[in-house]
Amino acid sequence: MSQSESTPKKTQIATGDRAILPKGAKTIPIFIMGKQYEVPETLTIMKAMEFAGFQFLRGAGCRGGICGACPTVYRMPNDYKIHFGLACQTVVEADMYLAQIPFYPANRAVYKLEDIEARPDMINALYPELFRCVACNNCTKACPMNVDVLGYISALKQGDIARAAEISFDCIQCGMCASRCMGEIPQYHIAQLARRMYGKYIMPKAEHLQKRVDEINAGKYDGLLEKLQKMSHEELEKLYKEREREPDLAPNGTWVPQDAQYL
Amino acid sequence: MKVTYYPGCTLKTKARNLEDSAVASMKALGVEMEELTRWNCCGAVHSLADDDLIHQVAPVRDLIRAMEQGSDAVVTLCSMCYNSLARANLIMKNDEVKRKTINDFMDEEKDYHGELEVLHFLNFIRDHVGWDKVREQVKVPLNDMKVAMYYGCTLVRPGNVSIEPIGDTKVMGEFLEALGATPVDFPMATTCCGSYQILGNPEAALDVSAAILESALARGAEAVILSCPLCEYNLAKTQGQLTEKQKLSKEVPVYYFTQLLALALGLDSEACRFDLNDHNCLNFLKSKSLVA
Amino acid sequence: MPIEISEKTIKRDFIEKIIKLSGQDINQCFQCGTCVGACPMSDKVDTVPRKLMRMAQYGLEGPVGESQAYWTCASCYSCSVNCPRGIDLARVMEAFRLLTLRKTNEDKVKLSELPEELVKDLPQIAMVSCFRKLTS
Ligand code: SF4
Ligand code: SF4
Ligand code: SF4
Ligand code: SF4
Ligand code: FES
Repeated sequence: MSQSESTPKKTQIATGDRAILPKGAKTIPIFIMGKQYEVPETLTIMKAMEFAGFQFLRGAGCRGGICGACPTVYRMPNDYKIHFGLACQTVVEADMYLAQIPFYPANRAVYKLEDIEARPDMINALYPELFRCVACNNCTKACPMNVDVLGYISALKQGDIARAAEISFDCIQCGMCASRCMGEIPQYHIAQLARRMYGKYIMPKAEHLQKRVDEINAGKYDGLLEKLQKMSHEELEKLYKEREREPDLAPNGTWVPQDAQYL
Repeated sequence: MKVTYYPGCTLKTKARNLEDSAVASMKALGVEMEELTRWNCCGAVHSLADDDLIHQVAPVRDLIRAMEQGSDAVVTLCSMCYNSLARANLIMKNDEVKRKTINDFMDEEKDYHGELEVLHFLNFIRDHVGWDKVREQVKVPLNDMKVAMYYGCTLVRPGNVSIEPIGDTKVMGEFLEALGATPVDFPMATTCCGSYQILGNPEAALDVSAAILESALARGAEAVILSCPLCEYNLAKTQGQLTEKQKLSKEVPVYYFTQLLALALGLDSEACRFDLNDHNCLNFLKSKSLVA
Repeated sequence: MPIEISEKTIKRDFIEKIIKLSGQDINQCFQCGTCVGACPMSDKVDTVPRKLMRMAQYGLEGPVGESQAYWTCASCYSCSVNCPRGIDLARVMEAFRLLTLRKTNEDKVKLSELPEELVKDLPQIAMVSCFRKLTS
């Protein structure tokens, strides 16, 4: 039985706004965990799966390519290559064979960031398996975010925390690298540790932010906020409408509001 | 001929004294040494099983990076890096079947056929700088300094990658003589320090390390030079333990060979980096009036 | 303890596996013991290299498997460069290790039990080489 024939029924269970097949839409066959489904060719893997009747309890989150919950592996006919993509971002192709790997177990060290320093040997002690990397590069090939995973693993082995943090910046913790690792290394957890160390100890601190936080803590804005809280709806609306605005094309740093006492 | 420098992981952290002294010395000698911009760990040890090719991938990838950077040769300071790069290079040069498998596996990289030469820094100085030039530039000759030449394993074994014919190693002696020091040969100059067994079987590694140091002392050595950070750990960083356990009769200063080069060239402490060695290293040089 | 050698104990497939993995003809060994003299670890192990070679020639899979000697081998190639029969013994040691490591998915050094201070102190090449030789 072809799936497109049963579409009207399917729309009852499927979720997502695009799960209803538009009139005249072309469908293509895809294979989800080995079973064939006919799905509209314009859908992402995630929408296509929902169209086919799957419901996501896990394996979906932001639907915007940023949470890392929906990594999917697939193969194309007559191609030995294994492909990786985010289900919410990758558009289906005819005859793709796919399965989701929403979660992949990976060793995660327990540490208190406050108790450690940004030192390579701290990373080595928490994750000695780092040194099992054989540079097979499977991780880089698996990354749906095109992160140079071997690059950051190499930087970590070389003790360059800042570089590892920088290279791994786009990582969304999907775990695909770990699923393919020859050395059984939890790459993304180690990179996260590096970014945490970088953020807390290496990156220059934003002094203006600290100043503002201190001012807030010192109560500089308390009175103002209290005043706002006591205002009626109408008063608030009026205040909002009449607020002083920075001209759209004002060059950076040139405009100052008339009342500068809260800057 | 363009020679690219492959640092290796350890030289960027634990063995900064090896790298800093070498880089500064080359600068002082006016020798251009471009560093490889992108590289991964070479794997440190060569895999010995006939069917195990995945462990050759790391060093080959580095050689491909060097090729991409337009190099004709790669030079290393760390003995282990030297050994693992040189041996992988031989496979790629000579073994057609393995070469194809490795190239096919790395389908994201350019093919490699062993085009590059892998050099160790000692041979690089000898052949591309020359002892005469070194001798000319020496500002602080290391007179009356008896230095044991510790080659260890990976510079000289196996024969097909040995930096000199096995049993006829001269390069460290020539190096020391160029600096004005007195080279001391000793029976255990090429005996293994225990290598990675410092993790696997520490007692065994400590025993051999102590025996090596005693052997050097017995020949009247006042100091030891070497070129491998793991040898340095086993022979230098464990000395406190060794004397405490009475495996070693007295402490011996241990240096990377490049540190003595930098010292003899009259370079400052930023270049020599004796601050990263054990305290006895600086004390010894002070006793010889080589540093203030 | 005497080692029993009979048709029953000789594992021919074990001999073949060793030869294949190492690429060395272990039957060439004539038991001179040069390797023992060359090996820095031979006074620290239960079975010296020469004896291991003999056991391998007889296909004594069990006793070879029980020996701890090749886990203390440092892959220094002293034996290899000194063997008068041209046997690259370091490769045979690697074959012994791999036959165990490939069978069990178990590591000879437990990473989670390594002393933290030691790992912090050691150069990276110590970990890299140790894990390559002693973990599966
Ligand atoms: S680095 Fe790993 S966890 Fe991060 S996005 Fe890439 S594959 Fe996913
Ligand atoms: S998959 Fe694992 S072993 Fe392979 S390059 Fe990446 S981190 Fe290294
Ligand atoms: S390679 Fe192993 S068995 Fe051979 S001499 Fe060295 S430590 Fe001994
Ligand atoms: S040196 Fe060679 S021939 Fe002699 S016992 Fe050892 S392996 Fe056998
Ligand atoms: S659902 Fe968040 S990345 Fe796909």
